[in-house]
Amino acid sequence: MPFLQSWLKSALLEVQEYVLMVGKVARASVTRPFYFRDIVEQLESIGVGSLTVVLLTGMFTGMVLALQSGITLDQFGARSMVGRLVSASMVKELGPVLTGLMVAGRVGSGIAAELGSMMVTEQIAALRALGTDPVRKLVLPRMLAGLFMVPLLTVVSGGVGMVGAWIVTVTQLKVASSVYWNSVVAGLYIQDVWMGLIKPFFIGFTIASIGCHVGMRTRGGTQGVGRATTNAVVAASVAVIAVDFLVTKLLIAIMY
Amino acid sequence: MAIQQAPRAALLDEALGPGGPIVVFDGVSLAFDDKEILRSVSFTLKTGHTKVFLGASGAGKSTILRLILGLLKPDAGRIFVNGERIDDMKEDDLMKVRGDLGMVFQEGALFDSLTVRENVGYKLFEESDAPLDEVNRRVEEVLGFVRLAEFIDRMPSELSGGQRRRVAIARAMTAKPRILLYDEPTTGLDPITSLTIDEEIIKLRDIEGVSSIVVTHQLRDAFFVAEHMAVQNGRELVFERSPPAKADEAEFIMLKDGGIAFEGNATELREAAAKDGYIEAFLS
Repeated sequence: MPFLQSWLKSALLEVQEYVLMVGKVARASVTRPFYFRDIVEQLESIGVGSLTVVLLTGMFTGMVLALQSGITLDQFGARSMVGRLVSASMVKELGPVLTGLMVAGRVGSGIAAELGSMMVTEQIAALRALGTDPVRKLVLPRMLAGLFMVPLLTVVSGGVGMVGAWIVTVTQLKVASSVYWNSVVAGLYIQDVWMGLIKPFFIGFTIASIGCHVGMRTRGGTQGVGRATTNAVVAASVAVIAVDFLVTKLLIAIMY
Repeated sequence: MAIQQAPRAALLDEALGPGGPIVVFDGVSLAFDDKEILRSVSFTLKTGHTKVFLGASGAGKSTILRLILGLLKPDAGRIFVNGERIDDMKEDDLMKVRGDLGMVFQEGALFDSLTVRENVGYKLFEESDAPLDEVNRRVEEVLGFVRLAEFIDRMPSELSGGQRRRVAIARAMTAKPRILLYDEPTTGLDPITSLTIDEEIIKLRDIEGVSSIVVTHQLRDAFFVAEHMAVQNGRELVFERSPPAKADEAEFIMLKDGGIAFEGNATELREAAAKDGYIEAFLS
């Protein structure tokens, strides 16, 4: 029992600290000073920096999706419908979730490691001593970058996914280009597009906030930084999928 | 317009002039979880003077510096910095108090993504409206002061341990604070390099009139800082042994088990060592 008690206590403390941090970020986002240069830097490093990995995963996911659904659809003699399946699943689910997972691996770990090592080498204490609020200078730019760049990356990922599927559909499945693209458009409803655009905002916020929270609570030297990095990736990845489920449920209730 | 000290009310300026109480601890206690770090600690740092905190690792020396900066809050007691009570202050107001404090962290804590110039000028670049050329001039001036002018465009990773500490001292003094805090400034450095750091501390105190608190367990450095002074000899700066009256301006405080085990000047510390086994063990 004492074990359970102390586990529960530390879990609650963690949640409390997380909520407090998000509150501070919310306040920092509407009051001065702003560190515009840091915000632009983070947009660049989180957004542009993740482009390659997102392009590659999106492309291959679309390609394999076309291959697999081709086999299934053949059983019904409906190979020409590949586009519908690909577009609906890429836009609604795979685009946001896979982008989220890739960004969680790349950016979540990066944020936690960077803030964590700044924490253990006292650079964060030095920032405060020099009169800078680390939430404004370090956390807010990363959260904004996560919030706005993940949706953009998701759109890119969905787009190249459909292009990848097109290549496979035309070259391997021997379906005509026009048939594929007509079917892609036919498979999409406006609600699907909204869902595909809204979800990544939640996912991006989740990844960046978890990375920052874990990084800012790093203790215990280089070992602590390693632990923090692992924790951030694991927590962010699980959270991406959980948030995806919850937001999907919510959006279905609202829109469909 | 050159870089100026943070403004202070005229009355405070008078009250906190030479010998005024610029930092006051009044019955400060602090515990982490169940571990008592400080138990009702009181002391006063006078303007232009030096306090040297000695004690074993974990005795709460660095904690005192963090309390002065407002990075930690005490459980009980009152802390005054620059005439303002800071123990119950909000973070936003503390930023103003920190404008008059410079801190040299253990290992320097330089921002490793920024160059030496950006590190040293950080406060002025990011947190002030000072014109850019003014800031650059000040950065060059303080780097000259710590004799590292030619390293201005290096990255911290390209510096040696001693150079990093000196850059950290330069960074702490850029905005002309009235109080400087040093957290183990010479730990892990060889004796020759340590001496250069000690001289920087003395220079800042005697030439710039900064009040300083030095936390250390390197006694050699502590005694050197306490018993030497910087004298301008023509164009050259020389370090001489201080006369007794000047040496009295440096006070030692030894912390033990959360309380003050000894308080007094260098001579008294040597005398106390003869009577108290703990202090003797520390000094030998």
